[in-house]
Amino acid sequence: MPEIHHDTTEKVSFGFWVYLMTDLIMFAVLFAAFAVLRGNTFGGPSGAQLFSLPFALTETLILLTSSFTCGLAMVFAHRNDKNKVTALFTITSLLGTAFLAMEFTEFHRLILEGNGPQRSAFLSSFFTLVGTHGLHIAVGLLWIIVLIVKIWKTNLTSANIRRLTCLSLFWHFLDLVWIFIFTIVYLMGTI
Amino acid sequence: MSIFFGNLSLSALPHEWFTIGGTVSMILMGLGVAAFLTYTKRWKWLWTEWLTACDPKKIGIMYILVASVMLFRGALDAAMIWLQQSLSVGASHGYLDAGHFQQIFTAHGDIMVFFVTMGFLFGLINLIVPLQIGARDLAFPFLNSLGFWLYLAGAILINLFFVFGGEFAATGWLSLPPLSELAYSPGVGVDYWVWSLQVSGIGTLIGGINFIVTILKMRAPGMTLLKMPMFTWTSLISMILVVCVFPILTVTITLLWLDRYFGMHFFTSSFGGNPMMYVNLIWMWGHPEVYILILPAFGIYSEVVATFSQKKLFGYVSMVIAALLVAGLAVLVWLHHFFTMGAGADVNAFFGITTMFIAIPTGVQIYNWLSTMYRGKITFSQPMHWFLGYVATFTFGGMAGVLMASPAADYQLHNSLFLVAHFHTMVIGGALFGIFAGITYWFPKVTGFKLNERLGKLAFWFWIVGFFVSFVPLYILGFMGATRRLDHYDASLGWQPLFITAGVGLVIISFGVALQVWQIVMSFISRKQNLDITGDPWNGRTLEWSTPSPPPAYNFAIIPTVTDRDAFWEMKQRINTDTETDKHGYTDIHMPKNTGMGIYLAGFVFIFGFAMVWHIVWLAIVSLIGCVVCIIIRSLDDEVEYTLPAAEVEKMEKLKTGYL
Repeated sequence: MPEIHHDTTEKVSFGFWVYLMTDLIMFAVLFAAFAVLRGNTFGGPSGAQLFSLPFALTETLILLTSSFTCGLAMVFAHRNDKNKVTALFTITSLLGTAFLAMEFTEFHRLILEGNGPQRSAFLSSFFTLVGTHGLHIAVGLLWIIVLIVKIWKTNLTSANIRRLTCLSLFWHFLDLVWIFIFTIVYLMGTI
Repeated sequence: MSIFFGNLSLSALPHEWFTIGGTVSMILMGLGVAAFLTYTKRWKWLWTEWLTACDPKKIGIMYILVASVMLFRGALDAAMIWLQQSLSVGASHGYLDAGHFQQIFTAHGDIMVFFVTMGFLFGLINLIVPLQIGARDLAFPFLNSLGFWLYLAGAILINLFFVFGGEFAATGWLSLPPLSELAYSPGVGVDYWVWSLQVSGIGTLIGGINFIVTILKMRAPGMTLLKMPMFTWTSLISMILVVCVFPILTVTITLLWLDRYFGMHFFTSSFGGNPMMYVNLIWMWGHPEVYILILPAFGIYSEVVATFSQKKLFGYVSMVIAALLVAGLAVLVWLHHFFTMGAGADVNAFFGITTMFIAIPTGVQIYNWLSTMYRGKITFSQPMHWFLGYVATFTFGGMAGVLMASPAADYQLHNSLFLVAHFHTMVIGGALFGIFAGITYWFPKVTGFKLNERLGKLAFWFWIVGFFVSFVPLYILGFMGATRRLDHYDASLGWQPLFITAGVGLVIISFGVALQVWQIVMSFISRKQNLDITGDPWNGRTLEWSTPSPPPAYNFAIIPTVTDRDAFWEMKQRINTDTETDKHGYTDIHMPKNTGMGIYLAGFVFIFGFAMVWHIVWLAIVSLIGCVVCIIIRSLDDEVEYTLPAAEVEKMEKLKTGYL
């Protein structure tokens, strides 16, 4: 039996990596679309007029911190410390929620100012790229909550650690994608 | 727009002769099947043995059945296109108006690519790859089941307008904007297109991940990468292409959907949108897609030629390198689909040259197969017929392809019937003939009895003759300036005889199809005389032939140890093959439990797609919640396997040998 479990873990983590690569290609297409359309403002505002760099930097720092707490949680998962795992994942999800709230605020502000995704091709691609990342974060948050409940009910079994490993890969992956969004959309857009 | 029904209203229901005809025949077929199942009391059997199965052998058969049904639908569309083009000359406008005609050729293209060829290939890969690598199952049996049900959900969505009304897209098989934007296609046709392809595309993507993990992680001990059978190799490469390019399709379709539903401007002709970006993106997926279709067929030919020449495949390593090169070049040629975009001489030259390069690895493969046959003990069986037919058609179509790869020539041939003839030569002569070769080759493995050879060869001759009678006129018409998607032309052009000839070719092909159906029926009736009792009817070379026909659920009671390429052939050369069995003895086997979750989840996805087509917001939300709940339940399930005890395995194996 242990051999079987080891086998499953290997297959699942490799499969999940392949999945992440496909997700990365999806983001690559969105980045490409953004790169093509970023100048097509159709007389509307450009990134330099719309984005606030300190705001985006704050979002970045929050997300990076959440990645740190997520990584720490995995260390304790392998030490079989259920309480610390739960606490750290709760912090991760709170940071994720804060990030999502900030993103929502930004979108809300832009739409109220009349600069929604229908305004120009540039804004369509901006909302879609950043929004897709936000949607992934939302999925990650739901996933964290589900797994916290599962761990409380069934402890840190090898199957649950496998699930947590996939979740943490997913979360770090989103962090990585955000670094590119921060660089390409916000930094290059405002400077 | 009503809150409860969205845009769906009674006026949308079918009211034209061709939709009503479709509706009535679909309902009658459904009732017929239901009556049969009720009469023979097989509902429960259907559910427990088939619909909830996670066994790739059963899922493979279901893929092939759905693909066969879709082949009839797509062929009917082809016949309607040909009839219109033969009739609609000068004063006569044929029997279809332009709108219907456009919907029919759009559906024909999408169905043949997504639901016929892809369905057949996924079916064959499911059936054969686990057996070839000495595995009992796939890496993720549930995801395999889910992938199939998503494929079926997509297939139903593309046919759904027959039942719920509306229309199908009239925008060509890739729905290029700005035509497919809301401003020019306000109906639900493009939305059906979007959701049908989106759903089945995600199913394909899941399948791609699954087979990559299966092939790379679950091979029998000793089977290094360069000892894998060729069909497994080309399936692996094809699946790698799937995970590289299907995400592009998913995003591109999503962006078109965002344009249509939320008034965004990715591909619109105003507000800074860029329609040519769509064309680029869709062909970055679309060109590799044709190699996804053709690569497994290359693998099938390799197996067939080696087996029926009773020789090792010539140039195995060069074959693997060639297949890898084809896949690498596949992602570097997309722009040759629109040289006329005007990207400039340098860009066009680059893509023209990479396109011509593809002839080199494919040529290597053709020569390898011919060298395999050289001085072999050749049996001209049905699969070999399909292979030889393929060599003729593919070389012919390949040369047409190299011709069009030259941008200067392409400016003349772009969007002409020459192009249509070219890609039909490649997809029919390449992929479909390969599928037929594969089905006739592996049929006894899957069902336990052989197909009638005489009828099969006769069907082949009808196919190949009909094929050339059909498509050579299209090459000529293309040179004469006939464009694709033409629903009417002037009598003075003198094209009608050629169009009629093409139609005659289709009639000849349909005789071939009828013979294939007759062949399966006849072979089933006389199956007692054609039983494959040895499990190795062709003196095969690879591991699938070492199992009984049909193989037990667990494929291998004892996982074989591989020492050479053509593992089973080498085992047969050694005198005492059964000693290993005695040495190891039987062990417990872990098998995936059946689950209906794939059906439930794909069912919610299907309802979601339907709700999106008709803008039924509440239904979309409910079905989305259903999807999420299903995923959570399944992902937290710890009891997904059951154990077949060693004693049970031994009993089943003894029973088998006793039967022999």
